[in-house]
Amino acid sequence: MSLSELAADAVPADVEPTGRQIQGRSPFRLALSRLLHDKMAVISVIVLFLIVLFAVLAPLFASITHHPYGAQYPDTARDSWGLPKGPSGDFWLGADPLGRDVLVRAAYGARISLGVGIAATILSTILGVIIGVLAGFVGGLVDTVLARFMDVVLSFPYLLVAIVIATTFKPHSTWLSVLITIGVIAFFSFAAMARIVRGQVISLKEKEFIEAARSLGASRMRIMFVDIVPNLVAPVTVLGSLLVPTAIVFEATLSFLGVGIQPPMPSWGSMLNDADYRSSLWLLFVPGGLLLLTTLAFNLLGDGIRDAFDPRSERLITRK
Amino acid sequence: MFRFIIRRLLFGILVLWLVSSTVFGLLHLSPTPVEKMIAGPRASAATVALIRHNLGLDRPFLIQYWSFLKNTFTGDLGYSYVTQSKVASLIADRLPATLWLVFGAAVLWFVGGITTGVLSATKARGLLDRVSTVFVLIGLSIPPFLMALLLLFLFFTKFGDWGIHLFQPGQYVSPLADPTMFLQRMILPWLALAFLIVATYTRLTRGSMMDVLSEDYIRTARAKGLSERRVVYRHGLRAALTPVITQFGVDLGALIGSTIVTEKVFGLQGIGQLVYSSIVQGDTPVILGVTLLTALFVVVANLIVDIGYSFLDPRVRLD
Amino acid sequence: MSDEILVKVENVRKHFPIKQGILFKREVARVHAVDGVDLEVRRGETLGIVGESGCGKSTLARCITGLHSITDGRILFEGKDIGRAPDKAFRRDVQMIFQDPYGSLNPRRRVGSIIADPFDIHGTATGAERKKRVQELMELVGLNPEHYNRFPAEFSGGQRQRIGVARALALKPKLIVCDEPVSALDVSIQAQVINLLKDLQDELGLTYIFIAHDLSVVRYVSDRVAVMYLGKVGEAAEGEELYARPRHPYTNALLSAASVADPDRAERRERIILTGDVPSPIKPPSGCRFHTRCPKAQEICATAEPPLTVAAGDTAGHLTACHFPVELGERLAEAHAAIQQESTEPTLGVTE
Repeated sequence: MSLSELAADAVPADVEPTGRQIQGRSPFRLALSRLLHDKMAVISVIVLFLIVLFAVLAPLFASITHHPYGAQYPDTARDSWGLPKGPSGDFWLGADPLGRDVLVRAAYGARISLGVGIAATILSTILGVIIGVLAGFVGGLVDTVLARFMDVVLSFPYLLVAIVIATTFKPHSTWLSVLITIGVIAFFSFAAMARIVRGQVISLKEKEFIEAARSLGASRMRIMFVDIVPNLVAPVTVLGSLLVPTAIVFEATLSFLGVGIQPPMPSWGSMLNDADYRSSLWLLFVPGGLLLLTTLAFNLLGDGIRDAFDPRSERLITRK
Repeated sequence: MFRFIIRRLLFGILVLWLVSSTVFGLLHLSPTPVEKMIAGPRASAATVALIRHNLGLDRPFLIQYWSFLKNTFTGDLGYSYVTQSKVASLIADRLPATLWLVFGAAVLWFVGGITTGVLSATKARGLLDRVSTVFVLIGLSIPPFLMALLLLFLFFTKFGDWGIHLFQPGQYVSPLADPTMFLQRMILPWLALAFLIVATYTRLTRGSMMDVLSEDYIRTARAKGLSERRVVYRHGLRAALTPVITQFGVDLGALIGSTIVTEKVFGLQGIGQLVYSSIVQGDTPVILGVTLLTALFVVVANLIVDIGYSFLDPRVRLD
Repeated sequence: MSDEILVKVENVRKHFPIKQGILFKREVARVHAVDGVDLEVRRGETLGIVGESGCGKSTLARCITGLHSITDGRILFEGKDIGRAPDKAFRRDVQMIFQDPYGSLNPRRRVGSIIADPFDIHGTATGAERKKRVQELMELVGLNPEHYNRFPAEFSGGQRQRIGVARALALKPKLIVCDEPVSALDVSIQAQVINLLKDLQDELGLTYIFIAHDLSVVRYVSDRVAVMYLGKVGEAAEGEELYARPRHPYTNALLSAASVADPDRAERRERIILTGDVPSPIKPPSGCRFHTRCPKAQEICATAEPPLTVAAGDTAGHLTACHFPVELGERLAEAHAAIQQESTEPTLGVTE
């Protein structure tokens, strides 16, 4: 039997009608379509979209109410006892003890929470992936040193050290405080990412397809970017999406302790620091509710993403 | 095994050294010098210089660092810049509050997490499983200080409005001096601290338990005709607990550092509050002392977990 | 097949260090995975290498393809020492087919791009030319060329192995090292892939080194066969010669364990069951490596290592490394019984 006959013989029976391109669905697109069928994940995306909208529209709220976020209205926003007034036609979500508009501040706070949370996640993901890939791929002494470094960072009492760092560089401008907060969060989050990436790279390195590339004479750079990095997309996306809520909580905690975002810029954490749990419902529940809603939505979305990439993984949400 | 313990010990010492050196270096980088923070904004230049000299801050950085290392190594944590009292005794005064806080919370989360986890694993997808899933989600998402604020709002402010005065936040009271007051003060902080960790433990136990219950030897135990209770608790739970206990040790060590927030919200005078106020005041020796102590907790807890692991799980061989 | 030697393996050793230490790792022992192997592969032939798992055959394969740098010895390809870092020409001429059809294809890349990898790395074809050649290769190995854009997960194990074959063929290599290419496949699929490899060899004049632990597969594809035990070659001969007149006791044991289609022959033949485990390659036995399990072992076997030479009465191509080669028709059980009167330690169980 000649080769062409052999080939013709071996062509599977499911030959598609001619003219149609057969396009396999990439793992990423498969995951996306699974995600779109996940009810909780879709709801989370909608909630997050609304919160982003709320953050984007912050200046609009300020101009409609004529209350810039830093402005204080000690006379109109407080009662005769000097206590902040609750929601009214003028102050839709009430005022804080200094007589500032809670709605406008919450909207600007949303910018900080989302911005810092996402920026810190991106920064720590970039750091984590670079260090993890470097450690896992280069190996040897580089790996030993980097792996030890990750272990050390992971065993730092991070909140304490974060407070020390934030106090030491206690910045005088709001924007500097935002940058420092992002940096501190990224520094204490990258190690978890780096550790997972390193583990992935080390296990990938043992795979036969890497040997196949090596036996073809592929350079180390090519192996790294063509063969290894695409396989990191799934775990990095999953962990990255779960890092966002952690970073948001971290920022809120630092700001609550007064060492995160500096005034006059509001943040949900610093608003909660102003909150007087003894009297004013709105002071606690507006920033607190928004904070919880945001982190919940991110956690649910991250869980959905993990499930979409690996349907066999242990899920947070049990389904019927 | 011996080799392994030595390696872990050396690593622990490395961590202690790096953590304390980092904090030491950071405090010296501070743009507001310590002596100015202590002397206050209105102090004269001469007073500031005198304080600077008295605290030995005019010596070269490396000399200061060396003496810090030497003193720490010999167990001498020095004196507070602010109160002039011994750092070790300051910490010793505040430690009981924090230890009780962590201990109570740990008992709550360990028992609570394992119970809920086991129940929801044995009746997966039942009502309890779903309710616990909601709690797990909230616990994973809520910042600890927000939880503390919400608990205070409900159980202190609202209950107070309704005339119920069960919980009274305030300073730490020794359980020996006044057990009732001790509980009144501690229950809310325990709940606040434990809540978010219970979530992790429920999930961990549930996952581990479900894995174990699908093992062949569990099926064999069932096939032998053992009662379901015996299968789950005698055969299943034991194997399922190994990863949970590992995590427990790690968290217990790390928790000491994160009591800062809980102590602040509830006004408990523990080492979290001590270090927080020291950071604000620039009281370097106290900050360093507490930092070392918390790092030590983390290191020791990890060490115990690593060693304990080999006893719990016969498959683990350390080398 | 010609007599021209394509690959010459000379006294090749590959040791893997085992390191231990608290702060600084130092070598405490080494695994002697390949420990002094001499082989020749002629242009156009198939050399089969058999042995139990852990005997070093896969390591040897990776040394020949340049994936492992060898500890000692030389590998000559077309008369040229490949040295430490093989050059691009060598990478083009020598290809490998891997055991695991699931592990050897990157799950995140489309089949077309996997097969085109050799073109991209060596810059031999780009654009439309590249695509045309990939589709030709797919057709050649019996895959639907329209499945160019699919992912490996969408193919069966046998189809995946065909993808691996297509990738190995892309650069028109001179030598293909097949590392257990069918042992992960269903038996029914094995025959398809083996026949594909044989047809491709006839068509393209390829040379194969074919590694397997399945004796019948090796017998079917190989012109010559080498038997490995603990990092060394115990016996090497023309395929039919080796199967008809095995001289090394280990070869005899291996062959007696293989299944035989004819029940009458199966009944008549002696079954040799080796006892004990393969000794650790960290501390291989002295002298002849097989002496700890050999039914014919005598004192000299533990002290002197037998060279790989032509045993008395054999043809020129039949090499055996044994002090006491097995004679045709000799029953090892009796040899064993004879020795057992002298030594007390049983090394072999025999069932008839």
